[in-house]
Amino acid sequence: MTKPTETELLARPKVIEVEDLVTHYGERMILKGISMDVREGEIMVIMGGSGSGKSTLLRHLMSLEHATSGTMKLLGNNIADLGLKDTYALRKKIGVAFQGGALFSSMTVGENIKLPLREHTDLDEFTMDIMARMKLEVVDLAGFEDLTPSELSGGMLKRAAVARAIIMDPKLLFFDEPSAGLDPVVAAQLDELILRLRDAMGMSIVVVTHELDSAFRIADRITMLDHGNILMIDTPEKMKNSDNTRIQNLLNRRIEEEELDPDAYLRRLTGEDRQHERP
Amino acid sequence: MSEQEAEQSPVAKKIENVGRTTMVGVSEIGYCASLIWESLYWAFMGKSMGQPVRLQSLFAQMMETGIRAIPIVAMLGITVGMMLAIQGIYTMRIFGAESHVTIGIAFSVVREFAPLITGILVAGRSGSALAARIGIMNINQEVDALSVMGINPVRFLVAPALLAMVIMVPCLTFFSDVIGLLGAGIYVSLDLGVSLAAYWDQVFEWLRVDDVMHGLGKSVLFAILIAVIGVANGAGVRGGAEGVGKVTTRAVVQSISAIVLTDMLFAFMVTR
Repeated sequence: MTKPTETELLARPKVIEVEDLVTHYGERMILKGISMDVREGEIMVIMGGSGSGKSTLLRHLMSLEHATSGTMKLLGNNIADLGLKDTYALRKKIGVAFQGGALFSSMTVGENIKLPLREHTDLDEFTMDIMARMKLEVVDLAGFEDLTPSELSGGMLKRAAVARAIIMDPKLLFFDEPSAGLDPVVAAQLDELILRLRDAMGMSIVVVTHELDSAFRIADRITMLDHGNILMIDTPEKMKNSDNTRIQNLLNRRIEEEELDPDAYLRRLTGEDRQHERP
Repeated sequence: MSEQEAEQSPVAKKIENVGRTTMVGVSEIGYCASLIWESLYWAFMGKSMGQPVRLQSLFAQMMETGIRAIPIVAMLGITVGMMLAIQGIYTMRIFGAESHVTIGIAFSVVREFAPLITGILVAGRSGSALAARIGIMNINQEVDALSVMGINPVRFLVAPALLAMVIMVPCLTFFSDVIGLLGAGIYVSLDLGVSLAAYWDQVFEWLRVDDVMHGLGKSVLFAILIAVIGVANGAGVRGGAEGVGKVTTRAVVQSISAIVLTDMLFAFMVTR
């Protein structure tokens, strides 16, 4: 299946809407007024250098953190307005594949995958087994349900985590650094899996990554973050052709010399700039 | 800001540090209280919210906290009982009143030693395991994974552990009462030539239900302290394996300190 054009994409309804999101860790501002959206069936890749705020943005998109200000809508629900019951109901419609898999080490792969079904449905054990095996087939891990997470390789762990993330057939799927720590072949297989999930199941997918090859292979649009601000949101082609120096530096892995403020440098060395952040 | 701090005197800095430490302590106590409240909330309201506390998890925790601790509780109970009998007879012999040692043993075991030893044992065994488990799950993002799956982590992880402790620690304490009294009885019958039946008669003559309930009541408080301190430390883990080691040690030290302090306060308030 070919990627949708930008016009097609922007005509679709929004599944994520973020308006002027500001967040802090202690007194340090991490996201400085982020506004973005993700469309139905879109693969949105969030990129940026270290400390750009992409992981923080992902945690907010997964509604794991509270923002200082700004609004965020997930599948049409304003996160700030949701009560506890509605928040949990909404979370059943999203799936997350964490960077390290986050599978429960005390359970087998099969038990991990069945956990959301066990907690949220009244299905019998036999049906849950069948559904878990179906999802393991999707991620090419058929027959591995009786192993424990410690018996899986890095790539297999991530695929098992994807199987757990899609067990409830979510409308929205998040990936945190799917290619991190994988060899190029396994990373490419995971990219194919992400594309297949979108095409076969029509999910909207948000991927946080710093892997350029992977991002350009799978993204419909890319959000480029830098020091808590959005530099650009656009298609991979337009991103590549951007004349923004900062974007080109990030894409071409060129190191930027930061302009040195002698006072700030002295404060960093003496630790004075961190004193006011103590808990 | 930095100039102000640079001008601060050492005394002012010390006061500031005391203030900050107090704030951290108060916030930790508040966090523990909220954990207890949330656990109770999910235990009683979970079903109506579509998130019941699973009996399977509760039984698994009861098995781990209670049943598997029986052999070590038995060993410590019988040892402590015998030790009390040895010391009691030695002390009472000074006054020529060793035949009355049973009274002292019965009160000491049931009101003090059985709950205290059981509490300390569970803190070292299950409190540390709980802190390590939650800590590792936190580091591996397993707690986040529960949240994004729509599963409340307090309901899934904390409530079963807390309820299991509240049920099993008093049971273990009662078991320790019986075993401790038996251990003491064996020594008393051997040393003083009193039959075991006569020893038990004396024990039942002096002990009242209130005395047993005094020990069991304390053990419920100890159970709550062990569970929330274990969870609060595990949830606050920073760093990798070293961080888990630190919070595990901290959980055990804090639990035992809290148990001893609570024991003293409880005895002061109830016994006077």
